[in-house]
Amino acid sequence: MSETVHSQVRTFVIDNFLFGDHGTPLADDQSLIENDVIDSTGVLELVSFIEERFGIAMADADIVPANLDSVARIVSFIERKREPVN
Amino acid sequence: MRVETFLRQSAAADPDRIAITAGDARLSYGALDAASDRLAAALIAHGAKRGDRIAVLMENIPEAAISIFAILKAGAIFCPVNPQLKADGIAFILGDARPVAILTQAKFLRACEAAAAGLDMPPLLISTRAPAALPQGVLAFDTAISQAQGVAAPDAGGDDDLAMILYTSGSTGRPKGVMMTHRAMDAVSGSIALYLRNSADDVVLCALPLAFTYGLYQLLVCIRTGARLVLERNFAFPQAVLDKARAEGVTGLPLVPTIAAMLLAMKDLGPQALPALRYLTNAAAPLPPAHVEGLRKLFAHARLYCMYGLTECARAAYLEPAELERRHGSVGKAIPGTEAVVVDETGREIASGAVGELVVRGPHLMRGYWENPAATEAALRPDPETGVPQLHTGDLFRTDADGFLYFVGRKDDMLKVRGEKVAPREVEAALCACPGVVEAVVWGVPDAVQGALLRAAVVAADPALAEQGLLRHCARILPDYMVPKTIEFRTELPKTASGKIARRLLIETDAPTLATATGWAAKTGD
Repeated sequence: MSETVHSQVRTFVIDNFLFGDHGTPLADDQSLIENDVIDSTGVLELVSFIEERFGIAMADADIVPANLDSVARIVSFIERKREPVN
Repeated sequence: MRVETFLRQSAAADPDRIAITAGDARLSYGALDAASDRLAAALIAHGAKRGDRIAVLMENIPEAAISIFAILKAGAIFCPVNPQLKADGIAFILGDARPVAILTQAKFLRACEAAAAGLDMPPLLISTRAPAALPQGVLAFDTAISQAQGVAAPDAGGDDDLAMILYTSGSTGRPKGVMMTHRAMDAVSGSIALYLRNSADDVVLCALPLAFTYGLYQLLVCIRTGARLVLERNFAFPQAVLDKARAEGVTGLPLVPTIAAMLLAMKDLGPQALPALRYLTNAAAPLPPAHVEGLRKLFAHARLYCMYGLTECARAAYLEPAELERRHGSVGKAIPGTEAVVVDETGREIASGAVGELVVRGPHLMRGYWENPAATEAALRPDPETGVPQLHTGDLFRTDADGFLYFVGRKDDMLKVRGEKVAPREVEAALCACPGVVEAVVWGVPDAVQGALLRAAVVAADPALAEQGLLRHCARILPDYMVPKTIEFRTELPKTASGKIARRLLIETDAPTLATATGWAAKTGD
């Protein structure tokens, strides 16, 4: 499951913000903002992607660097939100 | 008054007062004054002279403010360079302005070095924020400051010296260096502080880039009035920015429509989000009526100023908040101490209701475009009544019976994306620079968040060319906001009778409501 989430997030980031350039080095823990991969409107696109693809409703308080500022953080956020509540 | 005097006076009045906060860093007026004195001494020691140009290529970090004031104290001219530019864009400015030094951040060093390659006189690179050792020949910002002798800068110069050259996109596709004197920047910052009623009690949050006029004047007006500037790198994480704004007790919040849209898209923002907020401003592009309403509901206790400006005079008009209800869509009247009138083709004022070009008069106008007399002559033309130069904005306006200004559209094809000026011809040139592209056309369609979305159509000789590859090509040479959202491939482009590509035809087929398209896409300030 996590591999799927991981590859979906990576593919989205590369396709949308790096114009499909899979040759660009993009470490999972690399800051997307600091490295100018995404900007303010990019965050909006990222939020729409997470909400639509994974059915997660994001509150304002979820839209923070700790959840979104690297591929690894995005994957971990999605996995936390998708954990079944028992 | 010279611009660095703003800092000297505020520092003398209250050296311990906080001038700038950014992240966890807090810089007092005394510390900003002292750091810029030492950096000025270092610049002089490295050969900077009165009238030399020095580029500042930085994000919204306190070092950008230290750099700007240091350059002025050294008698030199600062050139803000948009950190979103790629090496090609930086190279143009370096070649045109020929700066003796570039003050930058380590993350931009490679782009700076690539841009400077091939220059006869490569500028000295001074870099801050280096995680590791700097390349040979690059001076560390902190070392420059700490090793400089505390010598006071000599007499830096007069009020009519140039303080700044700020590059702005031109409709021809070639950026132009707008030359501003100390006197003009003093006049306009004083006028802005007057109508916004800024004082040392203000705390202004700036997420707008300091490399553009609207962001830069947040800094200058704050320093002039002894207020505090809260610097944010961007508005990517609105909640984090608002938490910070609340904690700092922000009283002034400058917006562009894209930021307003992001604020209004927040789900959990209540009416008491910023209890100390005294005013909001909008410039760079018109605020849609729904956003005006939304902001007034959200920040009911704050005054909302709709403004209009352009790099060539920084700010031209603003609407008194009390008039907002009665003058929907107006940007008001000329800022204090200046005039803004609508004229006909001969440069004479026309009657209210008629559409004409806005011209601006006053002490805040640019001196001209750097080493570009033809463009200067086209923009600064004598007032037929007085012979005094007046600034032709290229923006079409009308006035109501009481003389309030309403933006109608652009005279040329310039677009505004996220509040930033985009010349379609510059994007078309970038597309045509890709091997296999025969011709290209770029236009804008209205977008609620970005203002305009760029669309492109190309004719390609190489069938292997694909959209993503072409987008990548653009992203390598253009700043992000200039990269088209979509590129379509066509076998031919519509032409006018004279053989020029008919951009207007493409706009019309793409967006049937052309009035909306031009209203949105056009520029109303920087």
